[in-house]
Amino acid sequence: MTMHVLRVLLAALWLVAGAAWATPAGVAPALLAPLAGDDPDARVTAVASLGALGTPQAAAVLRALQDDALYATAEGEVGIAGPDGSLPEGAETIMVNNRLRVAIAAALSGMDLGAPQPARRLAAARAMLDGEPDPAQSAPARRALVQETDDEVRAVLALLVARIGLQSNDPAERRTAAVQLGESGNAAQRPLLQALLEPGFETDESVRVAAATALAALDSRQRRADLAGRLFQGLSLGSVLLLAALGLAITFGLMGVINMAHGELLMIGAYTTWLVQSLFRHYLPESVDWYLLAALPAAFLVAALAGMALERTVIRWLYGRPLETLLATWGISLVLMQGVRTLFGAQNVEVANPAWMAGGVTVLGSLVLPYNRIAIIVFAALVTAAVWLLLNATRLGLFVRAVMQNRRMADCVGVPTGCIDMLTFGLGSGIAGLGGVALSQLGNVGPDLGQAYIIDSFMVVVLGGVGQLAGTVIAALGLGELTKLLEPFTGAVLTKIGILVFIVVFIQRRPQGLFALKGRSVE
Amino acid sequence: MTHPTQALFSRPARYLLVALVVVAALLPLLHLVFPPGHTLHISGYTLALVGKFMCYALAALALDLVWGYTGILSLGHALFFALGAYAHGMYLMRAIGRDGVYGSALPDFMVFLDWQELPWFWAFTDSFWYCMVLVVLVPGVLAFVFGYFAFRSRIKGVYFSIITQALAYACMLLFFRNDTGFGGNNGFTDFRRILGHDITAPGTRAVMFLVTLALLVGALCLCRWLVASRLGRVLQGVRDAEPRLMFIGYDPLWFKLFVWTLSAVLCGIAGALYVPQVGIINPSEMSPANSIEMVIWVAVGGRGTLIGAILGAFTVNGLKSWFTAAFPDLWLFALGMLFILVTLFMPKGMLGLRLPRRRASPTALREKQALEEAA
Repeated sequence: MTMHVLRVLLAALWLVAGAAWATPAGVAPALLAPLAGDDPDARVTAVASLGALGTPQAAAVLRALQDDALYATAEGEVGIAGPDGSLPEGAETIMVNNRLRVAIAAALSGMDLGAPQPARRLAAARAMLDGEPDPAQSAPARRALVQETDDEVRAVLALLVARIGLQSNDPAERRTAAVQLGESGNAAQRPLLQALLEPGFETDESVRVAAATALAALDSRQRRADLAGRLFQGLSLGSVLLLAALGLAITFGLMGVINMAHGELLMIGAYTTWLVQSLFRHYLPESVDWYLLAALPAAFLVAALAGMALERTVIRWLYGRPLETLLATWGISLVLMQGVRTLFGAQNVEVANPAWMAGGVTVLGSLVLPYNRIAIIVFAALVTAAVWLLLNATRLGLFVRAVMQNRRMADCVGVPTGCIDMLTFGLGSGIAGLGGVALSQLGNVGPDLGQAYIIDSFMVVVLGGVGQLAGTVIAALGLGELTKLLEPFTGAVLTKIGILVFIVVFIQRRPQGLFALKGRSVE
Repeated sequence: MTHPTQALFSRPARYLLVALVVVAALLPLLHLVFPPGHTLHISGYTLALVGKFMCYALAALALDLVWGYTGILSLGHALFFALGAYAHGMYLMRAIGRDGVYGSALPDFMVFLDWQELPWFWAFTDSFWYCMVLVVLVPGVLAFVFGYFAFRSRIKGVYFSIITQALAYACMLLFFRNDTGFGGNNGFTDFRRILGHDITAPGTRAVMFLVTLALLVGALCLCRWLVASRLGRVLQGVRDAEPRLMFIGYDPLWFKLFVWTLSAVLCGIAGALYVPQVGIINPSEMSPANSIEMVIWVAVGGRGTLIGAILGAFTVNGLKSWFTAAFPDLWLFALGMLFILVTLFMPKGMLGLRLPRRRASPTALREKQALEEAA
């Protein structure tokens, strides 16, 4: 009785003092009472029910509980401290253990599901999924799923609903949940489905069947994602090979020059990229992200000039003597390598990806396609298209083809063959320079960069068929795909060896490469 | 056509050769007889260095046989060289016995990889003579099989060069793997004894040197005899006009295959002689760069002359030893320029630079006569 009087008095005091101690309005005291109790399960249920309520008042209670700012009096009355920190006598903080904290976080995020920003909703849904999904969250999650418009959030919510559904007592609901988990394609849910199949865990046969089907669906989806990932890697490797070999397809394929210094032209392109990057860092630090755009023409020019100088000084004296060309250009490659080592040091130099190349796009659930790989694939396609156009749609290209097909006749009709030789070699070298820019974005840039690609480049050109641009493209992409498809089974080194042996055998079967020019020559 | 049984070498060449062989044979004796510090003493280092050069010279000789006389440019001869070296190295590894770091009967690298027994292909390698058979067979069989398919498909010129390079490269990658069973990166080293003798003892060194010298001279005579024979003519026909040779009824396949396999075997023997004198063999010995360096030895000396190959091997490697000691940074520049200058200005190599003679040598006369007959 005295208590009651006290309470009335307090209430009066509260009115006077202006809301010093607040029992949350709009929340039934019956819901709050278990929070102050000792039964852990009841407390978790209470938190979940508060979450299910979804009102701002309920959220305020939960946040207070999370921040240790929810108090209970000895009578089991629950409230929040007033703005001035006043508390009823004997009120104590409600202790929160870890289990309860998880439940609170899940309940709170459940409320965030209604937030207007998709990013917050997504974060909330993810948090609930990572927590211990509770049957009490079923209703808000379902409600949110119905209302949700964003596909990404919907996917997470569907997963959440399914996970909650797995704990349902209704076999039909569990079955639906299993099916949904299978459809989600999320490999992280695999253990849940596997648990269903454990003996003695799931009693209902139809759920078990559904789980097994779902597991199979997940696995096949995973396999498809793996395959797609490998195909992408193969495409990426193929583009790298293509960029490395495209210049050679011109110098070796069209001109017949065995240019063993081709790898060093790639290296020159990569070092030019590094130089341009350093210049940007020094003089234009604010636009350093766009140094690549300047590096492309620079690398093309530097490599092309180097190539033309080589052609005029060494290679043109050796036309028609391929084996001697091979030796002389090997000598050039040694000189270039040692030259770079002397100028820039034997250590690798650091070429950074620009910021816009960082990161990647996620497809098929778990497959990440890095932007730098995508950029190189696109770049390879553009360069190939440009070369094709140059050779087939310009006057220079016409001259190039004319000189390569019949030098004497071209000379007779007035094509300046010597000049065309120089320009063609310059073009091939310049494209090698562009390839060098691409390679600088993928791996180390050092004096030995070219050595790693020279054999691969020759393999691509020889496999594709000399003088055939299309052959080079198909050989490069084919080798890239083949390498990446074989790699999971045989390991990187054995795959490399296998590919080389394959090419050696292939050339013995078809010495003219994939795309042979038809002819009756005995040679 | 008469085929006179003439001397293999012209008279001055013969005298020169005999003189050189005598001088070379004296080196190990000087090493043994005079104590260190004596003016006439030849150090073990010099002996090993010259021995190494002789092995290179033998490899260059083998390369000249296919490149200079048959027109087949191999960029994979370092592979055959290394295979011969590995075959001999297997014996040397087994001969270490239990004296290795781990005291196991297995070679150290196998213990390191936690292998319990020798892989099957190491069977019988404790026998010296079995390994000597391997030295001949492994490069020989590989060259035969590879050559058979390549020559049958009429792969020639640069295509052949490029696929030999790819083959050597693939094998190098294979030997770099630890699991292949040849010591991976480190290859074979730390040899102790050969046929029961201490491998570093002066006497052993001297004997290895003399054996190398004998084999080099023997191989030179064999090659000389071969290229002067009718078979040699056919080989040069392959080099100069293969289609014409086919049209007059020869099948170049077997001629090419023979000389290619022989060359690989000689190269393997060179490798086998190399490994005990240098004391190490690892996969980088098969690298494409090494194969191309062999080619430049031949080109510098003068291709298609045999003697030139030997001369080139000694010259280039002598230069290399001097440069890498005196100006280590400049060696690759020098080597690169050597490649460029030799191909541009010395297509016949050093032997092409000799003064014009008043009288053609008997060999040249004979060749000229044969050419006129053939024409």
